Formats: sequence, structure tokens, C-alpha cells
Amino acid sequence: MKLTVMVNGRQVAAEVEDRTLLVHFVRDVAGLTATNIGCDTSSCGACTVLLDGQSVKSCTVLAAQADGCEVVTVEGLAGPDGELHPMQSAFHAEHGLQCGFCTPGMVMAAVSLLRENPAPTEEQVRSGLEGNLCRCTGYHNIVRAVLAAAEAGAEVTR
Amino acid sequence: MSILGTRVVRTEDPRLLTAGGTYVDDVRVPELAGAARVTFVRSPMAHARITGIDASAARDAPGVVAVLTYRDINDIPPPPPPPEGGPPPGSEAAPLPLGGPWQEPLLAVDKVRFVGESVAIVLTDGSYQGEDAAELVTVDYEPLPAVVGIDAALAGGTLLFPDAGSNVPVAHPAGDLAFDGCDVVVEREIVNQRVAPVPMEGRATAASWVDGKLTVWVSTQNAQISRFILAGAFGLDPGAIRVIAPDVGGGFGAKVALDRDAIVVAWAARHTGRALRWVETRSENLTGMTHGRAQRHAIKIGGTRDGRVLAYRLDVVQDTGAYPRMGGFLPTLTNLMAAGPYDIAHVGAGYRVVVTTTTPISAYRGAGRPEATAAIERAMDLFAAEIGMDPADVRRKNLVPSDRFPYHTPTGAVYDTGDYVGGLDKVLAGAGYADLRAEQARRRKRGDAVQLGIGVSSYVEITAADAEGGETARVEVHDDGTAMVYTGSSAHGQGHHTAWAMIVQADLGIPMDKVTVKHGDTDEIPLGTGTYASRSLQLGGVAVHRANLEVREQARKLAADLMEASEADLELDTDTGRWQVRGDPGSSRTWADVASHAGAEGLTAFVHYTDGAPTFPFGSHVAVAEVDTETGKVTLVRHVTVDDAGTVLNPVLTEGQRHGGIAQGVAQALLEEMVYDADGNPLTGTLVDYAAITAAELPSFELLVSETPATVNPLGAKGIGEAGTIGATPAMQSAVIDALSHLGIRHIDMPTTPMRVWTAISEARASQ
Amino acid sequence: MIPASFSYKRAWSADEALDLAAQHGDDAKFLAGGHSLLPLMKLRLAVPEILVDIGRLPEFSYIRDDDGHIAVGTLTTYHDLARSSLLASELPLLAHAAGQVGDPQVRHRGTIGGSLAHADPAADLPAVILALDATLVARGPAGRRDIGAGEFFRGLFETALEPGELLTEIRFPKPQAAGWSFQKFTKRAIDWAIVGVAVQGDRVALVNMGQRPLRASGVERALSGGAGPRDAAAHAAEGTRPPHDINADSGYREHLARVLVARALEESRSRA
Repeated sequence: MKLTVMVNGRQVAAEVEDRTLLVHFVRDVAGLTATNIGCDTSSCGACTVLLDGQSVKSCTVLAAQADGCEVVTVEGLAGPDGELHPMQSAFHAEHGLQCGFCTPGMVMAAVSLLRENPAPTEEQVRSGLEGNLCRCTGYHNIVRAVLAAAEAGAEVTR
Repeated sequence: MSILGTRVVRTEDPRLLTAGGTYVDDVRVPELAGAARVTFVRSPMAHARITGIDASAARDAPGVVAVLTYRDINDIPPPPPPPEGGPPPGSEAAPLPLGGPWQEPLLAVDKVRFVGESVAIVLTDGSYQGEDAAELVTVDYEPLPAVVGIDAALAGGTLLFPDAGSNVPVAHPAGDLAFDGCDVVVEREIVNQRVAPVPMEGRATAASWVDGKLTVWVSTQNAQISRFILAGAFGLDPGAIRVIAPDVGGGFGAKVALDRDAIVVAWAARHTGRALRWVETRSENLTGMTHGRAQRHAIKIGGTRDGRVLAYRLDVVQDTGAYPRMGGFLPTLTNLMAAGPYDIAHVGAGYRVVVTTTTPISAYRGAGRPEATAAIERAMDLFAAEIGMDPADVRRKNLVPSDRFPYHTPTGAVYDTGDYVGGLDKVLAGAGYADLRAEQARRRKRGDAVQLGIGVSSYVEITAADAEGGETARVEVHDDGTAMVYTGSSAHGQGHHTAWAMIVQADLGIPMDKVTVKHGDTDEIPLGTGTYASRSLQLGGVAVHRANLEVREQARKLAADLMEASEADLELDTDTGRWQVRGDPGSSRTWADVASHAGAEGLTAFVHYTDGAPTFPFGSHVAVAEVDTETGKVTLVRHVTVDDAGTVLNPVLTEGQRHGGIAQGVAQALLEEMVYDADGNPLTGTLVDYAAITAAELPSFELLVSETPATVNPLGAKGIGEAGTIGATPAMQSAVIDALSHLGIRHIDMPTTPMRVWTAISEARASQ
Repeated sequence: MIPASFSYKRAWSADEALDLAAQHGDDAKFLAGGHSLLPLMKLRLAVPEILVDIGRLPEFSYIRDDDGHIAVGTLTTYHDLARSSLLASELPLLAHAAGQVGDPQVRHRGTIGGSLAHADPAADLPAVILALDATLVARGPAGRRDIGAGEFFRGLFETALEPGELLTEIRFPKPQAAGWSFQKFTKRAIDWAIVGVAVQGDRVALVNMGQRPLRASGVERALSGGAGPRDAAAHAAEGTRPPHDINADSGYREHLARVLVARALEESRSRA
């Protein structure tokens, strides 16, 4: 089938198999490989992107379901001049990543979390990230990063 | 003012946070353009004879390039025979992997021995086609009885390797140990359960042969070792092989060296003449990647009524899964570290290894040492409970005192430096131990449904156990004043690029943003060991430091010539990175000036640092748990730690390693277990059922600072990577049991799931 | 990891969805949020040949005060249910339970209709709508059908929906009896309930105590006979056949049901 998805502000039109998962559309058709696949049961959240502004697990969305919609990945967060999004800065400042594999999905889940709850408690951050597994960090610094980004306020809803 | 010891955020991050890492599935290079996709056909049976493989329907499926089985593997040398007469006499280590009757094929020949074993591979143009075609491969299996669990293996009713004559490839049982003179002796059998490493990136390999030269991209912790393995497998000179470790999404020991499926992919690429890429799914990973732990312990501890431990015996049975890979070696480390941080006069340790029809076992964060600590810590708590003494007091009474280092254990370990009592007291103070005990007492008196448990652990562990293999570093300073470090270490999240750049800045005064670090490409770094056993800072970092010093001495000569001064009058200001004649700042020259003066050979030094020695980080943890006695649900409320790995180079990195280690350690105690049914079917084969821990189950951790320098290397460094895990598991398990000790409960095996806890509570109440 | 091949058709209206379903019969399945169906398809446990995407029909995403009852369109996501101020005041049990399903990403996509039509006995919302005495509105070739929640869930993944029928709306009587509670017992926060309890007034429904959500009739009888929470809760496991799996055996589930029903009733009373 033919479909068009706006990915990080760019229209991506392609003809793909009906069963194409959104995550493969993003990685292989749009060529944006930051978003990773970490499981096959919608459990790990590594594939999290924003779909029309809301975090979704792109492995559990068909590209067809995103036809005509807007997708934002971590590659689309920084400003046009390369200026880091406050969430990216916060992850960096707080050492919220180690191997980096869960990071793109984690960052997008966190951006969505703060959009819906701009001033979360630590407990709300932890439960808000329950759909994102990390094996390296023990989550401690990820939580600090999200709370720091919340403090930075303002620009988070770019 | 040296940058060493200061908090520095990572140089690795900007790329990972914006463009994302480049893991094997992300590699886009001309050699892999048009690479076919590999899909494995894996055994759904735990134990069966293969009576036929029919790939005809699969071969006709859309996009299929080839379907290959063991029959096609006729173009590589057979595996080498095992050493004659078995392991060398007196050797405690089983050679890895065991060959001969225990030989593991690359693709199953006439038998499968675990669910997930590789039987065939399907090569397709597109990745989606791979799963379609793999479904069409028909394998006929004649079931054989599964062998699940240590008892079934020992009973020997069914042998996995009939030619071997038993299910016990290695046996070094503990000798007799005298427990005379002990007022109190406690014995128990405990389980250190099988877990799955679950790195967020599973196994992945891509391979391309061009003109007889092989290039392999593989998610590994050891590119150079992988190259040697491939050279052996193909009967090639290592120079004909290039191994590249791109970004690696976690390893935790399970990506040490080269997985056998990676060899299959490399072989298939040569066999078909087509570049290939394989990226496993999570379900494949949960049964196809090696598991960790899986030991059963018979512990026996004896001592005096006033708390002095006199004797301890540990008998380990290691379930190594279907094939004796590294699992056969891990219990030697368990035995070595059996005594823990305690001064116990008589310690006996032994082990046996058994095979079962389950996924093979290999290293997983701690690799044999968490098991040792978990066992001695349980033993100390059981002993404490028996004599009615506070578990922290029992530990303090038996920890190796600070004036006894280097300390020789009866098991043959030599602990270098430590302050075990100091560590224990520090963590107890940090946790507010007395207040916690008071709160526990209050809740018990009130009969609260939610009880409080406090678990205390003390540990010591061995890092850089293979220090004699060393690590390499080459440091170059370029004409423009920038520097390049080629390291043999192989970070997969540890931040070595940041740490090694810090060392360059400290030694040479070249600012970090002018230092580039490279790792993981055997074309650029043919010699190196890689990252495991928490060895990299104390070996790889020291290698960088040594190379820096050599560069400095070469530079001194060059600067002397350039500045027409004597070497003795020259000094390097490491704050500004300038060479000058002492007392004459106007004479100063930059690194660019000096390097440009070097001529064709450039300014570079290579070090293979083999003078290191194993080191012994130590610490103590306090875990505070709430247990809902009506449901058995456990919540970790606080986790306070001392993890002393010597001089800290970058607290940011060290803390991150401690956090990650603690989380995995807690996860084993609380939640995670790979479970098989009696037929050898995994019941936790997806992340829905395998309970990997999430942020919602953990609190923020309280890390205390303790630095007792190592004396065997100039950085004072020991290894921090696994220490957090080793200390955390027993503290968490102990906290759960401690919460219920007033009910008479002395032990609950891990993981302390709600049902297991509730069962213990009901049984305790019923017997009252 | 990848579903078997299928043909995707997007329905632009309910009529079109029903026509496509009628046309393709057993070969077709409706796709709403996809978070029950797609995971099954990715493991190839479900292999429909046709997927009829109804996920973006705007006319089925609403939460309305509809004169004597609250009407919820079946394509309303868990996220929207959890955030609805109307539900917070009229049906807090539904809002709260919806906010506990899965994780935030799942809640952005999963729909109430999808969950109910899928009828997983370990799912939360089926028991919740039982406790709320809801009516499910279905539309099919034979027109509209109203099905009481008590009749809707037939068995393991089995509902009263006829082939080709589409759930369009859930209707909740208003006002509900005072007091509510939702107790979901899991190992990890994201896990399916080992056992769950939904209470609205004196109606008690159980999650994962059988092949379908169940009313705890023994408990309800005891309550109507004047028993207090703990005494009534002692009957929680009556008439249930809880499953046995790696997280819990039947005996443990029965015990949990008793404990959770007691807690739910106590909490419900404190809110009444």
C-alpha cells in the first residue's frame, strides 16, 4: 500500500507491505535508525516515538495506522541549529544513558510524560516510565534527568 | 589541578542522544548494501533426535536466497580435539569450551538439547520474508526425555551425551572439613537461580567476504578475541579477518567473545558469497543467548555462640545448561571467593558441573562471584539467627580486620587492600540502622500488615582476574595538537572514551575535546583483550596512562631539540598543555609544535600493559524492604551502599555503574527467574513473563563514598562494574527474610516473588 | 516479531466497516488501537487475512453525559478515559482503572472497545464494566443490539458478539451506587493483574479468577445480608476457577481474592 507519514517535519511517502510496522517504516524507509527494537511483545519501549504528539510503541503500530499522521523521533528533537532539546540536555547532564540503546525511546517517553504532567513527582516519573526498560542505568539517573528537565520547564513542549 | 577524580559528563552522549548509536542493525556501509537477512530455525524441543529436515517449501518461498543446515557446513575445519587426558592435572579450571564427547555443533546434527538450539538458517533478501520462510522449514523430531534441574541431571536416567557416560562433565567436590570446636553448626541447601542477562540489544552479527578477507560487525565485548576465534574456526590467518564492534547495546558478560551463531553467520556469508546480517528477536534472545547463575549451594557454617565463625563449607552444583561453555569455569570463581570478606580459619569449597536440556550458562554480571557472596551472606545470616545475634554484629566480628592486608584466604585468593569493617559501619550509619531496627520493632509490636525488613550484606569480589593478559593502548599526538587513543578495551556503556580522554588530559594537558578515542576495530587495534571482569580501568586505563608517559618522554626529547634546551630543563605544564623551559614561560611550545617536529614516525607510543594484578573491591549494602504479610508483595523502599573500588577516576561513571549493578542485583533477588517446565519448555520466554525490573519497582539509591586505593596499579583503581550487583542481591534477599524473621522464617529462595513469600508466611503460621 | 502477511483496509465509516466485515467473514478482524491484536499477530498466534482498520473513526471516540447514563464511544482510549473530568466525577472507578492499564504508551493507543471485544480474563476493564452494570451496544448486519455486561463475556477470549458485529458504545447507568475501589495485584507495575477486584457500591467483580470476569456473588450475597467487608470478603473465591500459572497457583489466587475484596470494600466504604 501507499502511504505518507510526516516524520520529524518531513513528508515521507512510500509504497510498503501492508504489514509494515511503524518502527520499520521509521528505520528503513525514513532512514532514521536511532529508534531501536528491543523486544517482540510490546514490553520494552525502546521503539517509543511520538505519534500525533503522544508516546506510542512504534513496534505495535502499523505504518498504515500512521498514514497522514505526524511522527517525532529523538532525531527530531534538537533545534534546527543543533541546539539540544531540554530533555536531551538533561539526560546528558545527569548521565541518564550508558549503552544508549534504550535511550531514544526513553527520551521520547519522557518528553510525552512531561507534556501531560509538567511537574511530576519522582513516583510519577517512575510509573510514567514503567513501559521503558533499561538494563544499564538502574533508572536512577534517568529519573533525575526527567525531574531536571521538568525544572527547566518552558521549552519541553516543543 | 588534575581532572582525575572530578565529575565529567560523557563525551559519548551527544551522538547517542541526537543521531542515536550505530548498533549492528544500524550499520550502513557499502559492503553490507544488499546484505541478505539471516533468520534462524530453532528447536522447539528440549531434547530430541532430528530424523529429518525438509527445506524444500522454504527454498521456494519469496525472497529466499538459501536454506542451510549442518550438511552444508563442509567447508571449514572440524573443531579441535580436546586436550589429551582431559584438563591438566591439578587444574581447577575446566578448559572452555569442552570438546570431545561434549562438542557443540554449529548447527544441530542429529540431536537438539535445548529449546532455542540452532538447527538451520534461512537467508532472504528482505527481513520480513525471513520469518515467513523459516516457518516453512519442517524439522522432524523424535522426542527424548528432557533433563531439567540439577537432580534430574545427577540422577543420570537420561544422558545428554551418551558417549560421555554421564551428565557431569566436571567434578571437584569439596573435601571434608572439620567443624569440631563449633558450638553451633547450620546447614542449608539454597538456590542461586537461573536468570537472563537481557541486554537491551540482543545478539547481532553482519558479515561480508571480499577477496578472501572477512569483515564481521558483531555486538561483542571483545573484537580481538572474536577475531582469533573466527581465525580458528575458518583455519585462516587472523590478518585475513577484520572484526568491528560498533556501538553495543549492553553485554553484561553474555557478549564476551563470539557467540556460536555469529560464527554460523560468518560461515554462511562465505558459503553463499553474499553479505549477511542477523539481528535476533527478543524471544530468540531469551532462549538463545546464554543465561546466568543457575547454581545450587550446600552451605555449612559453624562457629561459637558468641558469634565467631570458625568453619565454612560451600559445595556448588553448577547447572551449565545443554553444553559446557563458560558455565564449566564459573564455579571456580565461586569457590575462590567462597570465604567472602571474612576471616574464617577453615574454608572448604568444591563444585560439580551438570548438563541439562536448557540454554547454556555463561557469564552474567559478576560471573561466579555473586553466587559466592549470596551463599556466604545467607550462611552468615543463618548463623546469626541461630545464635540470636544481630546480623551486622556477626559480620563485624568476622570481617577481615584492616591490619591484615594483603589477606590470604584458605581458598587461595589474596585480598589486596580493604577496609571491610569501615565499609560496614559506614553503610549502617548511612542507613540509620538503629532507627530502622526501632521502626521494625514498632511495626512488629503493633502487628502491622506491612512489616519492615533490613538486609545487610558485606562483600569482596575479584576484578581483573585475568590481569596477566593485560590490555593495550596506543596514544598518538598529531601535528595539530589533537590526540588519538586506540584502546584494547571495548566499552558497551561504561564511558571509556570519556575516562581515557580524562587520563590524557591529566597526563599530557591536551584538553579532552581534542582527544579522540577509538576501540573495537581489529584493523586499527589488532591486539587487545576487551571488556569483562571489571578490568578495563585498572588495565586499559593504566595502559593509556603508560602510553601517555612514553609519549611524554618522546615529546621531551623532541621539545629539547626544537627548543634547543636540555631535557632536564624542560617541563610540561599539564594545566595548559605547553612545554617550556623551567622558569621561562616565554619559551613555551604547544603539543602541535612538538608533534610537528616528530617527522615521519610521528609522536606515538604503544603499550601492552601486563604488569597489573587482580584487585579486590569490597563493600556493604543495606536494603530496606516492606513486606505485605497479607499478600506476600515486597517493595524495596531504600537501598544504601558502600562500593569501594579504589580511587575513583570519574564519580559520574562510577555512580552509573553502581546504579546499574544494584538494579540487576535487586532484580535477581526480587523478580527475575528463567523458568522451565518439566519438559524443558521455557515458561519465561518473552518479556511479558520474564520479569525484567522497571523504574517503578526501584527507589533512588543512596550511594556512599569510600575509596581504599589499590596498590598494584598507578591509578589506584579496582573494578566497579560488577560490585553493585554482587552486594545488592544478598542484601535484598536478606531484607525480605528479615521482615518475616519474627514469624520464625529463616530462609526464602530467590526470587522472593509474592507467591513464594506468602507461601513461606502461611507455612510459618501453620506451624506455630 | 513480524505478522504474517495480510491485506489492510481502512474503514472511513461504521457502515463501511460493517460491509467489509460482512464481505470477508472469518478472514477479517477489526483493528482499533491494535494493542490486543497486533501483539498476537506479531507472535503469529493470530493470522487474519484482512485487517479492517476502524481506529480513526472519530464518531466512536467520546464520553458523554447522555440523560440517565454515561455513554462512552468504544474507540475512546485508556488515556482519554483516565483523564476525563466527566468520568472522574461520575465513574471514577472506570477512570482510575483505565489509568492502571499497561503503561502510558499502551494507554495512548488501546481502546475500551478493543479491550472488551478481546475479552482477556486478565484484563481490567471487563471486570470494571461488570461492576458498573454497563450495557454494551453493538451494531451488525441485523442492526443494533444492546447486551448487558453480565451476558457479554462468555469465556476465554469469547464474547456475545456475532460475526460481523462491531461494538459502538458502552452505556453506564447514572448515578452509580456510592463508593468504589479498584485493587490490582501485580508483581511489577506493568504486569497483568494476578488478581484484580473492582467494586462499585455493593457490586464486586473479579479480574483473572476464571476464564471470564466474574461477579463475586458470594460476597454480594453476604453484603446484602448485612455482613461487613472482612466477613463478606471471606466468600470471594466462591464460584471461581482461578488459573494456575508461573505467578500464582489457584490457592494463592483464592487467598488474594479474599484479601483484595476486603481491602476494596473497606476503601469503597471510605469513599461512600
